[in-house]
Amino acid sequence: MSKHWVLVLSLSLNSLAAEPTGQQILKAVDANITSDNKIIATKMIVRGRRSSRTIESLSYIAGTEKSYTEFASPPREAGTKMLKLGEQLWIYSPQTDRTLLISGHMLRQSVMGSDLSYEDMMEDPQLAPFYAADIVGEAIVADRSCWILALASKSQDVAYSSRKLWVDKERFIIMQEERFARSGVALKSLQVRQVQRQQGRWVATHLVFKDQLLAGEGTEFIITSLQLNAEIPDHIFTKSMLRK
Amino acid sequence: MIQFLLKGLRRDRSRSLFPLLVVAAGVFIVVFMQGWINGAENSILGTNATFFTGHVKVATQAYHKESAIMTNELALTELGHLLQQLESMPMIWTPRIRFGGLIDIADHAGETRSQTPFMCLAVSMAPTSREHQILNLQQSLVRGRLPEAPGEILISEIMANNLQVKPGEMATLIGTTMNGSMSMRNFHIVGAINLGIVALDRNMLIMEFRDAQEFLDMEDAAGEILGFSPDLIFHEEKARLIADQFNQGYDGADEFAPRMVTLPEQNDLETMIKMMGLFSSVAVGIFVFAMSIVLWNAGLIGSLRRYNEFGIRMALGESKGHIYATLLCESAFIGAVGTILGTLLGLSVCYYLQVKGIDISSMMRQSGVVMANVIRAKITPATFVIGFIPGLAATQLGAMFSGLGIFRRQTSELMKELEV
Repeated sequence: MSKHWVLVLSLSLNSLAAEPTGQQILKAVDANITSDNKIIATKMIVRGRRSSRTIESLSYIAGTEKSYTEFASPPREAGTKMLKLGEQLWIYSPQTDRTLLISGHMLRQSVMGSDLSYEDMMEDPQLAPFYAADIVGEAIVADRSCWILALASKSQDVAYSSRKLWVDKERFIIMQEERFARSGVALKSLQVRQVQRQQGRWVATHLVFKDQLLAGEGTEFIITSLQLNAEIPDHIFTKSMLRK
Repeated sequence: MIQFLLKGLRRDRSRSLFPLLVVAAGVFIVVFMQGWINGAENSILGTNATFFTGHVKVATQAYHKESAIMTNELALTELGHLLQQLESMPMIWTPRIRFGGLIDIADHAGETRSQTPFMCLAVSMAPTSREHQILNLQQSLVRGRLPEAPGEILISEIMANNLQVKPGEMATLIGTTMNGSMSMRNFHIVGAINLGIVALDRNMLIMEFRDAQEFLDMEDAAGEILGFSPDLIFHEEKARLIADQFNQGYDGADEFAPRMVTLPEQNDLETMIKMMGLFSSVAVGIFVFAMSIVLWNAGLIGSLRRYNEFGIRMALGESKGHIYATLLCESAFIGAVGTILGTLLGLSVCYYLQVKGIDISSMMRQSGVVMANVIRAKITPATFVIGFIPGLAATQLGAMFSGLGIFRRQTSELMKELEV
């Protein structure tokens, strides 16, 4: 039994006896999100003010530090590749045959016109090390009983100063989320539409990500295939892969 | 009588010289200020029209509303059809795309050597296009040449120096497509330009319109279509008529429907024009008031000096009203001569500043205001006549107030007064 399931199971047992703390729930959520290696094929439907587009990509992810993504469609985006190594993100454009390091204010730009920024992509998926969590209520989201967690950042080194999470009490998966700036302005929101059990783990396979500062209906993410704990050769996570 | 008055003015300098100098100085200031404000207004309007507003601009309602963020997501589509429709209207129509992004220069290994944000203006550089003339591109060229083939761009001289690039080198541009995707393309820098506007020269880039369409995935689309009068002079009434005629054909409720607006309706220029007009009127008003007081005072002093003269003239049978009228006549002469002198002086200085201008670039280094580096005065027909309002009005008002003393003189006391 993997480490994360020990944590989830122990929390589930604990919850029968006593209410877990916000921080414990957050750790269980982190444990559910992270896996060793995964290969994900996704479909991203970007709904703008005038039209919508579908972008397909294949990502190789190793832990929280390394990821490699190659876009397959639409034709204009096909062949664009992204490589994340730790805190650095490179993008390769076949039209220019150049690899650029995405840094500074470019990190706040939209990924392929979606509601997701490069900063969002770069973010460590683990929340517990960076946020202090408190349970502030309970609610039903998509027929699932959830805790509502209020997260406050522990340091200034994060993209969002605070967050609000709706966490499924049984599956320890985020069903809904709101992300806020230091001023309290809502910046991004996330809603999970579908959850599936994949290789013994609950995974959100269809979700809607919305930049609250933009008009439009948000960006839908649909996981079309997922391979957890996959074998990924090391050379995938090298800059030379970008120009291949 | 007129000859008598003129002789008096010529021979008694103390009666005419001071009021004449006051009128000339006041008129000079008014004429100069009118010419200068006119020049500044012309410069701001001209710069805005050339780079941002045209004499009229067609864009979607949403684009007009969010013009500050220049989002091409709200661009005009079906451009060909729109241009065809506009052809029947008597203006030069030129589609443009404005967008921002990053310019990246690679080193020999393909890694980033230098990088900086840019603002791009994409215009048609076809031989039939009048954009060269509108933007004054040839004269703005500092080195290199104008784009002739696809994939060629001009960058500002300041940006070229900051990036340490020269014409002939390759640059990678990173922008955002009409759909919001990141877009990257390589372009050849073929020339460096200096547009003479600090706010634009910091990071301006100019590219061929069709290149921008391809780069930003804007097939048959443009951010805006600018319209210029064929003589390149803004005619407000004509522009308003064309805009009204165009807008009648479109649904005002559809945020993506095209809408035409005139130059003053954009970038708060109407407010600025009104403010400048108000400022001119207030300046003239203040000078009329101030000069009237000074001339009133001068008239009072003059009347004291000419106490005996008026007394004798009354004793000889001249009526008070006639003396008052001659006093007003004298002031009209002084006003007219002073106004002509002041206007000539004001026009000379305005003409000098119209030709030479004043370079304000050192004051604009940190400014974001789009204004030419060299501000020039502008002489218009109004500059020739504006000085006559304060020049004649102030002298007449001054004389009218100071001359009232004549009516207080009592004929019965004249002999006693004259003995003194």
